[in-house]
Amino acid sequence: MSYCRQEGKDRIIFVTKEDHETPSNAELIADDPNDPYEEQGLILPNGEINWNCPCLGGMASGPCGTQFKEAFSCFHYSKEEVKGSECIDNFRNMQECMQRYPELYPQEEDNESSSQAESNTGAPSATSAPNSDSTLADAASESAPSSASTPPTDSQTAS
Amino acid sequence: MLTCKTVWRKLAPLARASSTVCRQNVGRAGLNNVRRPAGSPVAHMSTGPAGGGGDNRLYVLLVGAACLGGGVYAYQTVKGDKQRYQERLSEIASRPNKAAAEQPDTFIQLEAPAVPSTETQEAQISETPVSASAKESSPPAPADEVSAPSETTEPPPETPAAGTAPSPAKIPSHAPYLLIGGGTASFAAARSIRARDPGARVLIVTEESDLPYMRPPLSKELWFSDDPSVTDTLRFKQWNGKERSIYFQPPSFYISPEDLNSIENGGVAVLTGKKVMHMDVRGNKVQLEDSTEISYDKCLIATGGVPRNLQVIERAGEEVMKKTTLFRKIDDFKALDKVSRNLKSITIIGGGFLGSELACALGRRSADSGLEVIQMFPEKGNMGKVLPEYLSNWTTEKVKREGVKILSEALVKNVTHKDDKVEIQLKDGRVVKTDHIVAAVGLEPNVDLAKSAGLEVDSDFGGYRVNAELQARSNIWVAGDAACFYDIRLGRRRVEHHDHAVVSGRLAGENMTGASKPYWHQSMFWSDLGPDVGYEAIGIVDSSLPTVGVFAKATAKDTPKAATEKSGTGIRSESETEAVATSPVATSPAASPTPAPPAQQQKEDYGKGVIFYLRDKVVVGIILWNVFNRMPIARKIIKDGEEHADLNEVAKLFNIHDD
Repeated sequence: MSYCRQEGKDRIIFVTKEDHETPSNAELIADDPNDPYEEQGLILPNGEINWNCPCLGGMASGPCGTQFKEAFSCFHYSKEEVKGSECIDNFRNMQECMQRYPELYPQEEDNESSSQAESNTGAPSATSAPNSDSTLADAASESAPSSASTPPTDSQTAS
Repeated sequence: MLTCKTVWRKLAPLARASSTVCRQNVGRAGLNNVRRPAGSPVAHMSTGPAGGGGDNRLYVLLVGAACLGGGVYAYQTVKGDKQRYQERLSEIASRPNKAAAEQPDTFIQLEAPAVPSTETQEAQISETPVSASAKESSPPAPADEVSAPSETTEPPPETPAAGTAPSPAKIPSHAPYLLIGGGTASFAAARSIRARDPGARVLIVTEESDLPYMRPPLSKELWFSDDPSVTDTLRFKQWNGKERSIYFQPPSFYISPEDLNSIENGGVAVLTGKKVMHMDVRGNKVQLEDSTEISYDKCLIATGGVPRNLQVIERAGEEVMKKTTLFRKIDDFKALDKVSRNLKSITIIGGGFLGSELACALGRRSADSGLEVIQMFPEKGNMGKVLPEYLSNWTTEKVKREGVKILSEALVKNVTHKDDKVEIQLKDGRVVKTDHIVAAVGLEPNVDLAKSAGLEVDSDFGGYRVNAELQARSNIWVAGDAACFYDIRLGRRRVEHHDHAVVSGRLAGENMTGASKPYWHQSMFWSDLGPDVGYEAIGIVDSSLPTVGVFAKATAKDTPKAATEKSGTGIRSESETEAVATSPVATSPAASPTPAPPAQQQKEDYGKGVIFYLRDKVVVGIILWNVFNRMPIARKIIKDGEEHADLNEVAKLFNIHDD
C-alpha cells in the first residue's frame, strides 16, 4: 500500500505497482501539430523536409550536405512508380562525396550505419534502391523516426 | 585664436602707422607733383617722415616686410594648431589599436584607396592613425572587402595541439555567419545554420586550441575508460561497447578558414587559438587579439564561462594555486588525470554537479590506487541546492559508498601551503591536509565583449541579457552558458547544461537564418553519480521550492547502465538530445505481470521515482530518478503549465514501475 510523508515543505509518496495500475486522470492539453514553436519531425506540416531535424544528425550540414539534400529531396518529391528511381545520379554524387570523407562517413560499418541511415534518412546505397523503398516509405510517413536508432547516425556517420 | 588676437593687436598700430605713412607719402607726392608749378612755399614739417624720399622708401620696405612676416607667422601658427588638434584626436582614437603596428598598416594600405580620408589636409603625417579612425567611422562596405581579399599577414603559426585543426595561414576578413566561441552551443548553431541555409559559410572563432567537443564526458565517461591512452585519444567506450570521440566531428568535417569564402558549397571553418577582444556593433565587425578584423552579417556570441575560484585560494599564493585545478577544459582533464595517478590525496571543494561527478569518478579510482578522495561543501549533502533534503542525504550516502570522504557543512576559512602539502582550515575548526585541490564552485559567464559591444549584462543571473528569441541586438544572438534569456514558460533564466547549449545553439542558428522562434523546447539535464544512481531532470530544479516525490522501489534493472543498454544508445545524452519531442504520452496501461520485487527495506529506499518541483502550485521542474526514456512526458507537463490537484495521478503517466 502506498503511504505518504511530509518533511517540511517536501512531500514523499511511496506507491506500489498496484496503486499505479489504474489509468491516470491527470489532464494534458492536446498538442497542436501545427504549432510553429514546437520542434518538428523529419517532415514539416507543409510537406517539406526539415533539414534541421536532430534525427538527421549532421547529414545535411557536413561537407556532403548539399549532395545529401539534393538526393533526399529528389527522392522525397519523386512521383515515380519506383520512388526515387530517377534520383540515381543524385545518390551516386552523394556516395562519391561521402567516399572522400571516410572518417565522417565510415564505409566499413556499411551494413550498420547505412541501414540505419536508410531507416532514418532514406539514403539507400546505390544498388539497393528497390529494397529500401519500404523502409524509406516508413521513414517518410512517420513524423519522426524512433529515438533509439537516431544517435548511432550522429555518432558514427554524422554530418 | 588667442594668438590671432594678440598678433593682430601687435600688428594693428603698426598697420595703422604704416597706412597713414603710405597715404601721406602718396598725398605728398601727388601734392608735390601738382602744386610745384604754383610755386607756393610749402613748409616742410619737422615731424614729417625724416630724410625725404629715400628714407621713406626704406621705411615702407621695413614695415611691409614686418607685415608680411607677421602674416606668415599667423598663418603658420593657425595651421599648426589645426594639425596638432587632428593628430591628438586620431591618437586618442587609435589607442585601442595600439597593440600591433604592422598589421593595420598592411591592412589599411590596401584599403586606403577605398577609404576617403577627409578629416585632414595633412594626410601625409597622420595617415595611419587617421585612416584607422576614418575607417571606423565610415560605414564599411563588406562587399568590397569580400571581393578584394585583403588578408592580413599572420603571426607565426601556433604549435598545433594533438587532434586539432591545422593552424590557419590566413584569416578571412569577412564571414557571413560569425560564431564567437567554439563550444557546444556554437557547434549546434553551425549545424543548424548549415542545415537551413544552403551553402552557408560559417566561421567559428575560439580561443581554445581544440575543435568543438562535448564537455559531459570529461567528468564522467572518460574517467571510466580502461584505455590507458584515453587522455590522448579522448575516446571512450560507452556502456554498450560503442566508442566515440568527445569531439563532435573529426577535423575532416571542417573546411580551412582561408577557403571559407571561395569553396563552392560553403562549410564550417574553425579558427582556433584566437580570442575576440573587441566588438564593433555599429560596424558589424570584431577585432581579434592580434588586431585582425573580421566583419560579419550575423554573429553569435557563445563564449560560455570560466570556472569560479574561491577567494581564499586566490589569496593563498603561488604554491597553492599550482596545486589547484579549476576544471572545465580538455587540458584540465588531462592535468587532473595525471595528478590522480601520481598523488595520494585530492580534495574537491564543491558539492554540485561537477564536484559530485568528479568525486565519484575519482572515488572509483581510489579503489585501485589507494588515492584518498575528499569532498567538502557548505550544504548538508551532495546536490544540496538541487535535490530535496531527504534525497540529498540519500545521495550523499551513495557517494560515500563510491569511496569518497565527505565533509559536509564545510566552509573554507583558510588555505595554506605547508610541508609540501596543502592545508585547508575550515571555519568550524576542522583541518584537511591534501596534495591537490579541485575547485568546483561554479561558473562565471564570460561577458568580456559586453563593454565594447554595448550589450546588456544581467545583474541577477549574469550573462548577456537576450530576449525570448535569444537576440541581443539586430544581428547578434547569444546562446549557451553565457545567455540570460527569457523563457516564456519559466521566466528569465540562465542555464548551464549541455542539452541547453545544444537546444539554444540550435535555436540561435535557426533564428540567424530567419526563423524568429522563441525558446520553447525545454532542455533537460542529467547526472550519474556512480553506476547505481542516475537521474534526468528538466525545468527549474531548485531545492528551495516545495516538492512532491513519488517513489517505487528500484530493481536491478533501474540503473543508468541498464538504461543505455536497453535503448541501444551510447550515452544518455544522445538518446535525449537527438530525439525529437514528439507527442509525448503513450499511456500504456501497466499491464506487465512481472511480480514486484520483495520489499526488503526497513528504511526507505528511494530507488526510483519522479519528483515534482512546484511554484505557485504549477509544476516547473521534474526529476526522473532512476527512471529513463520518459523525458518527453516530463517536457509535456512543464509545457502545459497546469495546476494539477493530485500529483500522484500525474506520476502515473510515467509508469515508474515499468522497466
